[in-house]
Amino acid sequence: MKKWTRRAFIGAGVLAGGTLVIGIAIRPGNRSSKVAGLIASEGETVMNVWLKIAPDNTVTAIIPHAEMGQGVHTALAMMLADEMDADWSKVKFQEAPADKEYANFTLLKGFVAGNATFPKFIEGTIDGVFLTAVKSLNFQITGGSASVRFTGQQAMRIAGAAAKSILMQAASDTWKVPIEELIAKNSIISHPRSNRSATFAELAPAAAKVNIPTQPKLKSPEEFTLMGTSQPRFDIPAKVTGEAQFGMDVQVPGMKYATIKASPVFGSKVKSMDTTVSSSQQGVKKILNLGDAVAVIADSFWQAKTTLDVLPIEFETTENSGLNQEEIIDRYRNAMDSDLAEGNLDTHFKDGDATTAFEEAAILVEAEYQLPFLAHATMEPMNCTAWLHDGKCEIWCGSQNPLGVRAAAAEILEIDIDQVTVHNQLLGGGFGRRSETDVIKQAILIAKEVDFPVKLIWSREEDTQHDVYREATISRMKAGLDQSGLPIAYAHQFIFKHHPPEAADIPYSIPNQLIHYSSPASHVPWGNWRSVDHSTQGFLTESFIDEMAHAAKQDSFAFRKKLTRDNSRFQRVLDLVYEKSNWGAPLPANWGRGIAIAQSFGSIVAEVAEVEVGIDGKVKVHRVVCAVDPGFAIHPNGFIAQMESGIIYGLAAAMTGEITIENGAVAQSNFHNYPVTRMNEAPKIETHIINSGNPPGGGGEPSTPVIAPAVTNAIFDATGIRIRQLPISKTDLRASIRQTT
Amino acid sequence: MTSLTINGKEYKVDAPEGIPLLWVIREQCGLTGTKFGCGIAQCGACTVHLDGQPVRSCVTPAISAEGKNITTIEGIAPEKNTLHIVQEAWIEEQTPQCGYCQSGQIMSAVALLNENPSPSDEEIDAAMSGNICRCGMYGRIKSAIHRASAALQSSSTL
Ligand code: FES
Ligand code: FES
Repeated sequence: MKKWTRRAFIGAGVLAGGTLVIGIAIRPGNRSSKVAGLIASEGETVMNVWLKIAPDNTVTAIIPHAEMGQGVHTALAMMLADEMDADWSKVKFQEAPADKEYANFTLLKGFVAGNATFPKFIEGTIDGVFLTAVKSLNFQITGGSASVRFTGQQAMRIAGAAAKSILMQAASDTWKVPIEELIAKNSIISHPRSNRSATFAELAPAAAKVNIPTQPKLKSPEEFTLMGTSQPRFDIPAKVTGEAQFGMDVQVPGMKYATIKASPVFGSKVKSMDTTVSSSQQGVKKILNLGDAVAVIADSFWQAKTTLDVLPIEFETTENSGLNQEEIIDRYRNAMDSDLAEGNLDTHFKDGDATTAFEEAAILVEAEYQLPFLAHATMEPMNCTAWLHDGKCEIWCGSQNPLGVRAAAAEILEIDIDQVTVHNQLLGGGFGRRSETDVIKQAILIAKEVDFPVKLIWSREEDTQHDVYREATISRMKAGLDQSGLPIAYAHQFIFKHHPPEAADIPYSIPNQLIHYSSPASHVPWGNWRSVDHSTQGFLTESFIDEMAHAAKQDSFAFRKKLTRDNSRFQRVLDLVYEKSNWGAPLPANWGRGIAIAQSFGSIVAEVAEVEVGIDGKVKVHRVVCAVDPGFAIHPNGFIAQMESGIIYGLAAAMTGEITIENGAVAQSNFHNYPVTRMNEAPKIETHIINSGNPPGGGGEPSTPVIAPAVTNAIFDATGIRIRQLPISKTDLRASIRQTT
Repeated sequence: MTSLTINGKEYKVDAPEGIPLLWVIREQCGLTGTKFGCGIAQCGACTVHLDGQPVRSCVTPAISAEGKNITTIEGIAPEKNTLHIVQEAWIEEQTPQCGYCQSGQIMSAVALLNENPSPSDEEIDAAMSGNICRCGMYGRIKSAIHRASAALQSSSTL
């Protein structure tokens, strides 16, 4: 194992051959061959592992994150180029290979473990980074809305600044002029007084000899030239011509196709199958029993699929084979009851004495909420291409976690991780689903049985029925208010605590809180679903605060404003959404307005939804106004797109999203019975950003948690009906409309 | 052997009974811009044009396309290395997010604008609701269609 030190992080060294290296991990005499592979042509100077400068003065940013459509490549390259004062028209990017050299953890070690001081601007994120990185040890994960917040702030910007600093020093030494008189702009350093200038590339050899600053100075926001602008995204042109290559599109010479059917009941095994007819089918290469799944390999996907569709397979009956959704929910409810009865409380947060305070309350509000399982339904169904040859394994897939893919492959095959190559492709949607390695493992087990490359493609049905699901939950909430309507006690018992750990916290100042949870067993596999626990907690807490406001006979906005008065960021976001949504302005009959606010992944998002409930009981969301404080939006247009995306994703779940278990298996199979939001159902979305100067927050997830409560609060406003169970389509709203019309 | 005309070029393919056009286009012709999303005409990711009409290639038998002009995303630009007005509008509006649905979206939009060069919001909704975008870029798709529509008007009045 190489030693990683802070010196190596923003340190520098001259490699054998005289190449200059700044930054992470590479020390003289210890040059990693994998990093060497990134140097495309002779004469290119590696400035550090995060950027390189070619003789033609182009700067290439090396970016350790997969592109899922969040524009991460563009945003991270902008952060680096801005600090460096590079010519944006000559900046390129390269996605880093799945090597440990790029893992988030290594960055962290340099900073935190190296006992270093760090630039003020990023100080506040160190704790968050530490947690994230420890969890993702050895994983180059794109998720947790982390790219810009962590890699961008802590690697790209510092690398850019360090590079600029040594180039400036090199110019100063060469020209014997004070460094303060130099100007860096558009990849050129100039000295106006003596009328001298040189390109970055020209200065690179001299820069190699310069002492590295231990702490390069980062720009302040007023000095930004690229950060905060919306440069056209690198990834977009190929996505309108059909050239963009996703995992699904990989073509390897000699490749065959496979498809798979896993046992419908999670955890069950294949009991028997009858391959007598099928194996002689035209085009069929092999039929495999993988233990818990059956796969067919054929010349084409269609042959594999049609063969598998009619293959007689029997799966074993398990203790879960007769289990239905209601029984799962009953189990959850029973677990909550017995935990309460036995005083078996896993406490999430406790303050004061809620039990006593409830006795003193003038008004009690109590409610039980229920949320369903949810599938991810990424647009691109799961797939993976694998080829085992010469003791090596090659994998083509779109993954949020390419290092995890490598590790998983090495483990199954019992080979060294260096024998595994991952060719990461564009992701047709991630949302947390593509940080799993289940599909990759299947592809490897299939490819192991043949000597040619195999592309495993899941049908949409398989994708819907073998996801890792957002947890179904029930939650019990209780609040006590005093005579004036001020909350004096709050209790919440919820089910399942995953992450992030703070998700069940409320931003409201209420004394006497007891928040605790139960963890009943379920055979349904769980996975990260866009915004993780915030996706449930946002709905629960923001619906219930609305119930409290109603019980207190106060306006939903004013109530929130009052209870967050000590939090200036919340106050600003609330004020902005109030103003932009025209809160309080009259609406047509059967229309309603609802508000919700939550902080997640470092960003605070408030949304106001305007809905109409039709005579037929149908809910139409007309408009969503979103106000967000992400600290600083590096790429505003990309950030806005992420807000829009998170809102539509959360809206689909709120309106109709529901996975139910019947006889132990998922009942839904495709978009006809797991419907998602379509264009005619999509609201107009208006996003307003506050650059508060706080440490940058995430963009990919934080708009999702608040859309469901904003909509259900609006339905309450329109109809007086409080929706406590999602999806909304489960509630018949017709009666309410007849009453009011 | 079946003969298919895709983007003006002839392909000899092996199209057994029942195989959908989608898989022949992707696997045998190597044109992977047309995507698989659902396989049951629910998502629109596989949209191509048959004699100018948009169809879901995942449920269109390949043999039924024999003798027709098949157009895929790779073939809608007027010439090589140029873009269709709709593709340009898509870039200007920075429409794609993950991008997986966008070939299908663009094929549906081109078909819509061929029929109706200046569609209203409602007409766009009606024409585009068969195309799912899980990244939720509906607002941008709609703006891009309006932009393309405006560009079409100005290019035809030149
Ligand atoms: S793949 Fe054809 S409509 Fe979905
Ligand atoms: S851009 Fe990702 S599905 Fe539409």
